[in-house]
Amino acid sequence: MTEFLRLDLAALLAAVLACLACGLIGNLLLLTRQSLLGDAISHAVLPGIVLGFWASGSRAAPPLVAGAMAAAVTAALLIALVRRLTRLEPGAAMGVVFSGMFALGLVLIEVTGARAVDLDVDCVLYGQLEALIWPAAEGLGSLLDPAALAEFPAEVKTLAAILALTLGLLALLWKELRLVAFDPDFARTIGFAPRLVSVLVLVLVSAACVAAFWAVGSILVIAALVAPAAIARLLTNDYAAQFAISALAAVAMGGGGYWAAVLVPDALGLGHGLNAAGMMAVVAGLLLAGACLLGPFGPAGRARRRAAVAVGPVRVPAPAAE
Amino acid sequence: MSGSPASGASLPLPVPALSVRHLSVAYNDQPALWDVTWESPPSGLVAIVGPNGAGKSTLLKAVLGLVPRLSGEVRAFGRPIAEVRRRVGYLPQRASVDWDFPATALQVVAMGRYPRVGWIRPLPRAERERARAALAEVGMAAYADRQIGQLSGGQQQRVFLARALALEADLYLMDEPFAGVDAATERAIIEVLQRLAREGRTVIAVHHDLATAPQYFAHVLLLNVRAIAAGPMATTFTPENLARTYGGRLSLLEQAVAAALGGGVPVGGATPGGPERR
Amino acid sequence: MNGALLEALLFAGGYNAAVVALGCAAFGLAAGAVGCFVLLRGRALIADAAAHATLPGVAGAFILAAAMGWDARSLPLLLAGGAVTAGLAVLVVSALTRGGRLRDDAAMALVLSIGFGLGVVLVSVVQSLAVGGQAGLKSFILGQAAGMRASDAQLIGALAALSALLVAVLFKPLAALCFDRDFAAAVGLPVRTLDLGLLALMLAVTVTGLRAVGLVLVVALMVIPAATARLATERLEVMVPLAGALGAFAAWFGVALSAALPNLPTGATIALVACGVFALALAFAPRRGALAFAWRQARLSLAVARDHALRAALEQAEAAAAPGRGAPLTWAEIGRGAGWTAWQRAVLPRWMRASGLVAQDPRRGDGVTLTPAGLAAARELTRRHRLWEHYMQAAGGLAPAAAHRLADQVEHTLPPEVAREAEAWLSRHDPGRLRPDDVGLPRPGEAIPERRG
Repeated sequence: MTEFLRLDLAALLAAVLACLACGLIGNLLLLTRQSLLGDAISHAVLPGIVLGFWASGSRAAPPLVAGAMAAAVTAALLIALVRRLTRLEPGAAMGVVFSGMFALGLVLIEVTGARAVDLDVDCVLYGQLEALIWPAAEGLGSLLDPAALAEFPAEVKTLAAILALTLGLLALLWKELRLVAFDPDFARTIGFAPRLVSVLVLVLVSAACVAAFWAVGSILVIAALVAPAAIARLLTNDYAAQFAISALAAVAMGGGGYWAAVLVPDALGLGHGLNAAGMMAVVAGLLLAGACLLGPFGPAGRARRRAAVAVGPVRVPAPAAE
Repeated sequence: MSGSPASGASLPLPVPALSVRHLSVAYNDQPALWDVTWESPPSGLVAIVGPNGAGKSTLLKAVLGLVPRLSGEVRAFGRPIAEVRRRVGYLPQRASVDWDFPATALQVVAMGRYPRVGWIRPLPRAERERARAALAEVGMAAYADRQIGQLSGGQQQRVFLARALALEADLYLMDEPFAGVDAATERAIIEVLQRLAREGRTVIAVHHDLATAPQYFAHVLLLNVRAIAAGPMATTFTPENLARTYGGRLSLLEQAVAAALGGGVPVGGATPGGPERR
Repeated sequence: MNGALLEALLFAGGYNAAVVALGCAAFGLAAGAVGCFVLLRGRALIADAAAHATLPGVAGAFILAAAMGWDARSLPLLLAGGAVTAGLAVLVVSALTRGGRLRDDAAMALVLSIGFGLGVVLVSVVQSLAVGGQAGLKSFILGQAAGMRASDAQLIGALAALSALLVAVLFKPLAALCFDRDFAAAVGLPVRTLDLGLLALMLAVTVTGLRAVGLVLVVALMVIPAATARLATERLEVMVPLAGALGAFAAWFGVALSAALPNLPTGATIALVACGVFALALAFAPRRGALAFAWRQARLSLAVARDHALRAALEQAEAAAAPGRGAPLTWAEIGRGAGWTAWQRAVLPRWMRASGLVAQDPRRGDGVTLTPAGLAAARELTRRHRLWEHYMQAAGGLAPAAAHRLADQVEHTLPPEVAREAEAWLSRHDPGRLRPDDVGLPRPGEAIPERRG
């Protein structure tokens, strides 16, 4: 038990929290057909993270989050500018901007010497779940011991804070987010500033990207952003259920991925675990395939409906005044 | 105007519901609207008619501030439009949103009540009931909890109309309210619009069907990048003005107009319309 | 460093380095050229998804080779593995969108990240194998030109040359496909085969670039040079070779830089060089660049405001000819009527005075009067205004496309030669319509009267 607390608890928590924070905000990207913006931002925040890391010399959250947000906003503005000037489709404009910024981030890692500390290319690609350990744990009692808890990895605390922020904003702006996602023009005409709300979503996405960066790296974060929402989309037509199911899928993806990559090989006595971040994406892929094939809108669901449908769609009742 | 205003909210003074002066809009450097100056009547049903790419939707969007203006000034009820936002309601083109969005008809209509609720506060039960009533007004009460993607095109248009009604505005700007709807829905929509006019409100609608325009609307603005002519339907919707608007391009059009003016026999499908560009 | 860079740029670093630089440059050429079609066909991000999805194929091929006792570092084998999974990824994207529940943006993001995740897991399996060369797999992710064997570079160069050759051969049908697929189908081109061919080219270029640029950034070389060329030209037969040249330059320069500074990851360096060229084009491209665009917008907005001012002043001058109404308009009045912004209010009076269109009115302090030149300009404007309207109306007999174009070029964007042509055309066909006292038309700027009857 103590070994689990020391070696696995922080990493497992980080995996689950990262998937939750990304997965919840990912719903708003998916529903506004901006999943690729998540892709773009997750790549584009890298130079911001590196510069924040370089300036502060630590993995402490605030400078990194600030750097990442600045990078995300820059990327969004650049994408809009490139689109407008080149008149290319949005995907191409994103491709230009995010690949350029990602390259800049990779070069900055070398140039700033960040590599020498503990931000390296491997972390960018796979995350560093295995680095999240809690050596101060002495047993279950440590969970209530303030001194031991103070030693708990800061990355996990950052993740928890950002998840709390995401949940809070989702709850407060529940109806505004839905309005702006569905019909931004109408929102604007009734005085609900859609740009402000979009910028807020952008900020939340970049915050989630930074927070999840240490857990899964900057490429696999895309899976955490898009997969839970996509799984939910395949299972429900209800707005609230969309969020609830995506949260469940995110927990399954984070927890299941870590379990399959680290705990299973451990239990089987294999000397070498698998990469947990990659395994989380693989678990998400399996869940997605299941939802695709077995969900109500997939082949299985269609067959069930064909069997059940006997009545055609109801006709519109004619207006009373006729 | 016939009939007495039923609602106390309507204006007694003959101030134009909407007036635009020297309004120009360009996308990149392509002009979409050029120096449009126009005053709507104080109330009633007004059609905006013109060929594709004439800037009809753009005019509505520029009035609402959804596209940037190159120049010009917009006033509603004699005041700058920003000051009277609450009294102006917008019905966008049906194709402008994603109908697969996971929302029910009632949830969409309830968006029309958001200005009364404000930011952050959840929708109170009373407001939800107002939304339900608006849905009932367009004959859609039975579909309140349907996901919007499962509705037919006409039903979706009714949902949009109900959302506009829920705003309780005095001036409505409607972008092609009759586009792609079935005959029953078209009748239902025009009845709602006529009721709004009887209550002293103004509805300005982009309309594509030249055959039905004189039946449905009392006033017309003929638009082709510039304002070509405006006024009461009877004196403005003339073959000469239409030829000036459409550049005499369509002979089908003339037949439609002749049919419409000479006895109101609709010529089916004589709509030189289609989606507006952009 | 300068010496090392120069040496690398001039292929003076020995035979191996020269072959590697040439192989990478050949890849850049092919990526740029193929990228143009990928971009115009709207496939840029599918290429990215496919590139990320090569990782499980490369790692899988490595594991297979290790299990079978083959050389696990054999580049052809690893690239073939990558091509297989990349092709599968494209199929999965189209399968995911087929149900209609997921859009292609989500499908691409999913395939990209899940494919890469599977690859990462397989790489961690490779790490536990008891064979050599695992470290080499990482060069497929971020690219590493250093340490590339001459034979590998030759393979890359040959693949790239083949792709570039195919682009040259298929140029015309591919161009037709990208401009208008339906039209291409209508004239009997095998569009499905062509689309598949373009996809195959894209996959070939993708796997070609893996070793040098890495799968994460291979899309950069496909998209950025093509977008740069798009900014610089409107013509496809210029765009494709230009993008190829830019791609080759970026690859060659990037490889040289990363050879001179060994810490720089090759793929990122190449992408950044391409990005630098793109940034220059974005700012300074003659027609589509940011500066040219801002200049055109400002000029248009000023021209619109100037025309309002001229017409307002002309109307006032005509009205002033009537007895009892004399005061000229002030700038403030003109600006208010036309809804000028602050900078227009600041710039226009000076500009119009400087260009001799208006003068200070002696009767009223800040009043505006038209100079003779201004009067002539205002009259010309009004005339063109009406001319355009007549032309629109009479142009019914012309091809609809021509009429539409003219309809968009309202009076002041109408070039003088077109105006002259229209005038001549009208005076031939409809001489009565050009009289200045023509009635029945609303005067420019005048509110269209609400006739109540």
